[in-house]
Amino acid sequence: MNPVNYLYLAALLFTIGAVGVLIRRNAIVVFMCVELMLNACNLAFVTFSRMHGNLDGQIIAFFTMVVAAAEVVVGLAIIVSVFRSRHSASVDDASLMKL
Amino acid sequence: MDNLIALLIAAPLLGAAVLLCGGRRLDKTGHWLGTLLAAVSFVIGLALFADMLGRSADDRAMHQHLFTWIPVEGFQADVAFQLDQLSMTFVLLISGVGTLIHVYSIGYMEHDERRRRFFGYLNLFVAAMLLLVLADNYLLLYFGWEGVGLASYLLIGFWQHKPSAATAAKKAFLVNRVGDIGLSIAIMLMFTTFGTFAFGPVLASAGETSEGKLTAIGLMLLLAACGKSAQVPLQSWLGDAMEGPTPVSALIHAATMVTAGVYLIVRSADIFNAAPDAQLVVTIVGAVTLLFGAIVGCAKDDIKKALAGSTMSQIGYMILAAGLGPIGYVFAIMHLVTHGFFKAGLFLGAGSVMHGMNDEVDMRKYGGLRKYMPVTFVTFGLGYLAIIGFPGLSGFFSKDKIIEAAFAKGGTEGWILGAVTLLGAAITAYYMTRVMLMTFFGEKRWQDDADGNPPHPHESPKSMVIPMVLLAVGSVAGGAVFEFTGFVEWLEPVTGYAHGHPPISAAAVTAATVAVMVIGVGLAYLQYGRRPVPVVAPRGSLLTRAARRDLLQDDFNHAVFVTGGTHLTRSLVYVDHSLVDGVVNGTAAGVGGLSGRLRKLQNGYVRSYAVSMFGGTAVLIAATLLMRAV
Repeated sequence: MNPVNYLYLAALLFTIGAVGVLIRRNAIVVFMCVELMLNACNLAFVTFSRMHGNLDGQIIAFFTMVVAAAEVVVGLAIIVSVFRSRHSASVDDASLMKL
Repeated sequence: MDNLIALLIAAPLLGAAVLLCGGRRLDKTGHWLGTLLAAVSFVIGLALFADMLGRSADDRAMHQHLFTWIPVEGFQADVAFQLDQLSMTFVLLISGVGTLIHVYSIGYMEHDERRRRFFGYLNLFVAAMLLLVLADNYLLLYFGWEGVGLASYLLIGFWQHKPSAATAAKKAFLVNRVGDIGLSIAIMLMFTTFGTFAFGPVLASAGETSEGKLTAIGLMLLLAACGKSAQVPLQSWLGDAMEGPTPVSALIHAATMVTAGVYLIVRSADIFNAAPDAQLVVTIVGAVTLLFGAIVGCAKDDIKKALAGSTMSQIGYMILAAGLGPIGYVFAIMHLVTHGFFKAGLFLGAGSVMHGMNDEVDMRKYGGLRKYMPVTFVTFGLGYLAIIGFPGLSGFFSKDKIIEAAFAKGGTEGWILGAVTLLGAAITAYYMTRVMLMTFFGEKRWQDDADGNPPHPHESPKSMVIPMVLLAVGSVAGGAVFEFTGFVEWLEPVTGYAHGHPPISAAAVTAATVAVMVIGVGLAYLQYGRRPVPVVAPRGSLLTRAARRDLLQDDFNHAVFVTGGTHLTRSLVYVDHSLVDGVVNGTAAGVGGLSGRLRKLQNGYVRSYAVSMFGGTAVLIAATLLMRAV
């Protein structure tokens, strides 16, 4: 199977993630879309690794997963505490940081 | 003996300090202390004078170095004194006339509750004036110069409860500041040119400096002299200065302080000798002022203001003589000293008349006083004869010499200056005869004062009469004494002297001087002696009305400097508000408006931040790809 198809898939996943981040209000969904974009990137890395025949891309995919795991922990903690204080998980409600 | 010089100044300075800081417990004795200390100064002056006479003419200057005032590398300012023949002449005049006027003030200020303070100021003045003439460098001279200005201010405004006196004091102070700027610039120019401001080095190297610089220094010194000596164009303060008590007018605004300008020019003789242009301006200023003062003196009905016009005119003579160079310096100083005697005497006489006439100053309300105040009449009369140049009296010798020197200037200038001085002599005779006739002759035109008390003219107390008599003796004998005891040889080592040769013989000049004097007296007699003097001043000709308003000096100053200055500042304020503030405020408003718009980007919505991040990234990638492609 042509590896370029994986790149198409990665691009498609990234686009879905990006659109989700931009248009969804629910913080959990936005968060999942961020994860989707990360995984699209991982897929692209691995595909390029395979296409070029070296392992750099696969190693970076591992790094990305580690960082994503850490990010999930922190991100979910923030979302939970925001939800506790405001009884809402909408990103538009947390708009106090403005002039 | 040299060490006594500082004591000359220290004595009156001590008096000023004690009287001004001593408080009310000195009210009873303060005036005696002040007079005594002025007399001490005079006695020390006499002792130094005797010592000086005992030495040869070239060895007469004494020096005393007291301390270094500002010890800075390359800028040495010393408090050091120099007593030469010129300073000696001034010291004797200042302390001598000063002491007499202290004595006079004891009687004149008897009923003033602030008499102690008055004597403190008088002592302060004497100390500052002595410092001015004894300094051996221009910076210390400047210190004394400002000191006499301060004393003059305090004494003009001595009756500060009168708004007119307070205003006159401020006016004198402000006009003098203009002149003082000239002196300070002259000192700065001297320092940059010569590297010092001590008389010795500056005057010695004046001959080797470029004429342009010397002319600049000379003109600045002239500006200073104009301010202090009330010469055109800075003459406007002297008439108003008559608001001060009469002894002040006699001492400061007739005999001594106003002659400081003449001293400054004669002291800087070497600078002026090497700058003919500056000298020419000096003679022009002198000639203009001598006519200006004389014309003003003819129209004034206030006896003190008439005498003030006369003072201005006589100092014009001195300045003119000082501008003539070595042919005139000696005679400028000679006229200065004789004028010090007779003008102080005239002012004291005027004070005595006012004392007897309920402080009335309008001569149209005097008349016929000679029978009631015989001593005042005789002493005033002798002063009068001296100032108009009656042959044999002091003014005759000194003024005749100046007229002769003016002719001796040579060329057209000489003729013009000679004619101006002769004309001035005629007008002097006219206005002084007018004062004399209106005050002492004719019928009584007395009027009750504001409280309805009729005047009871009487002779003044002894303390006032004695100084008047002594000054009258000086006015009579001074000129002859100077003429026949070698005043010229006495001053020559300091000021230099060249005998002027007028184009007409000296005898002809003298004859002309006497002739114009007789004409002036005759005209005044026809107008004020033969006819009764109206109590209310007639309207008078255009010139008379202008002269009553001091030849429109205040109107001129108001129109040019006050109105002009106001317009200038208003336009500057407008430029400041519209242009300078406009730029600053415009920048602030622009930045504010821009940031107000930029602020809208910070709306707090995470998703809009995310859009900008994505958009920015997209732009960056697109740009990178585009660069690759190109």
